[in-house]
Order: sequence, then structure tokens, then C-alpha cells
Amino acid sequence: MSATIRINGRDERLAAATVAELLRIRGIDKPRGIAVAVNGAIVPARRWSEVALAPGDAVEIVKPFGGG
Amino acid sequence: MDTAATHKPADVLTIAGKTFASRLLMGSGGYPNQQALLDALAAAEPALVTVAIRRISLEAYAESLVDLLDEKYTLLPNTAACMTVKDAVLTAELGREALQTDWVKLELIGDRETQYPDVEQLLRATEELVKAGFTVLPYCNEDPVTCRKLADAGAAAVMPLGSPIGSGLGIVNPYAIERIVATSPVPVILDAGVGTASDAAQAMELGCDGVLLNTAVAKAREPRRMAAAMRAAVAAGRDARLAGRIPKRSQAEPSSPQLGLVGG
Repeated sequence: MSATIRINGRDERLAAATVAELLRIRGIDKPRGIAVAVNGAIVPARRWSEVALAPGDAVEIVKPFGGG
Repeated sequence: MDTAATHKPADVLTIAGKTFASRLLMGSGGYPNQQALLDALAAAEPALVTVAIRRISLEAYAESLVDLLDEKYTLLPNTAACMTVKDAVLTAELGREALQTDWVKLELIGDRETQYPDVEQLLRATEELVKAGFTVLPYCNEDPVTCRKLADAGAAAVMPLGSPIGSGLGIVNPYAIERIVATSPVPVILDAGVGTASDAAQAMELGCDGVLLNTAVAKAREPRRMAAAMRAAVAAGRDARLAGRIPKRSQAEPSSPQLGLVGG
């Protein structure tokens, strides 16, 4: 059993130590327009490299889309 | 009353102390393509442009809407499709973080079929977000009591629906909208139901402070042309409101002199 993390509603193998690393793996290198929450709490961009990810964490990564 | 109006340098929309030259608010969803959206917004010159906050695709990282619109327009994140206070508040917080704004169009629906607001949860979410420092613009029922309660809860404006979202049915209860306008201590933005330019003009004639629309332009055969029509309609409706319409009569009232008729 490898450790898993829930990203945008999908369970995945935990492969990143921090939020910043997770985003880097996903190809997100600039914070503009991106917001992240871990376990329902907002993680501001300035703290992405400090906030460690643990097995069982639920991460939301969002951005604006067209909408009314 | 008239003298007060003429002393004002410009007729601007003011929400939460911020002024806007335009009284038209536009959505950014459902356009046939990105260029159609940009062309429509250029023609509309909206005060604010609403956007939805959604999970990014984990497979592909596409260009951000922010890069496209942020320079030219003030973006207003929404909480569209949220059905609980918890989800709406988290979405508002994510929107604040993503767009660096305290403003939120609060949508809290109770039913996917009708997209009707869940008033009880909407009020709770408004209170919670106002407490957290947000400027809250709630999408709500066209109900004067709900609008008053939202204003009491600290909403910066109220945004009653004209008819169901995306229906294009226009304003089905103009008397309710008129009543809301007459009693609301905060600006009233007609949100949802606009189908064509006359609906937007009617909203302004009824005394609304602004109109928020999306589908009527995005799904028009020519979005840019419809956007220009909406801009003109909002301006015309506003002017008509300020000019003061004549009372309706059941009988004719000739405008030509009744004396001096030739051949009389």
C-alpha cells in the first residue's frame, strides 16, 4: 500500500513533498490565476513551498473558467 | 430631485464605494470560441466580467482566462452551481486567492433543474462571507423580502433574477423588480433571464442599477453585435428611467392642437 493523496477529487500516489512540488510536477510554474486549498483551507501562493503534503490530504487546485 | 441629478458630474454605478462607468455586467461562459468572447466584451465595455472557479485539468495545463482578460477587465469570481454554504464559501475563498479580489458573485442554488437560489443557505453564506471581509453580490430570487434580508446581512448589492438562468424569458415579474428597486438600500442588478436587448432596457427602465447577462450574448448568432445592442439598451433604458416615463393611460391623448382645425 503506497500513500495516496486526493487531488481534485481523484486519488493519486503521493509523489510530492510540498504544494509547490505538486504544482511543479503538474506543469504549473506561475501562481497567477491559480488557487490551492488543502483539506478545505486556502494555501496562499507565498506558502506553497512551506506547506507539506501528507497521506490522506485532499487538495483542490482551481483557476477561473468562463462562467456567468 | 432633478436639480440633484444635474449636479452630479456623471451617472455612474456605485457598488461598495467603487464606481463603474458602465452599468452592464457580462458573463464569460458558453461562447463559441475565445475570440468571440473577446470581441463581445470589447463591444459591451462591461463594468465587471464574471468567471467561474473550477478544478484545473490534471492532464493538460491550458492558457488561463486570467492572462486573456485580466489586463482589460475587472473579473468577478462566482460560486456557480454550489449547493451548500461550505462549498460556496470555499469557492469564494479560492476565487479571492486566484484573482486577488474580495468581491464575489454568490450563487447558492437549491435545485439544478431550475437553478433557483436556496434562500436560507444564501443568507447564511452571505453573512459568513461578509464577516470574512468579502464584498458579496448575491444572485437571488425576485423577492423583495429576500432582497431586504440579504441587504441586512451585508450584501453590497442584490441581484434578483428576471427569469431562470439561461432561459431568455426576460423579466417575468416586473412588478416585483420594481418593488425591489423601490425598497432596496443597496444597488439592484438584474441577473439572469435576459434574452434580448429590450429585456436589458426594461430592467433599467424599471430602475435597476445594472444588468448582468451572459447567455443572451454568448449564444446569439452574432455575439459581438448582440453585445453592442446590450450596451446600447442598458444606456437607453437608464436614460429613459432618468428622463421619467409618461404615465400609462387607457384613452388617447392627442399631441396636436385641437383648435384651428382646417375645414372646421
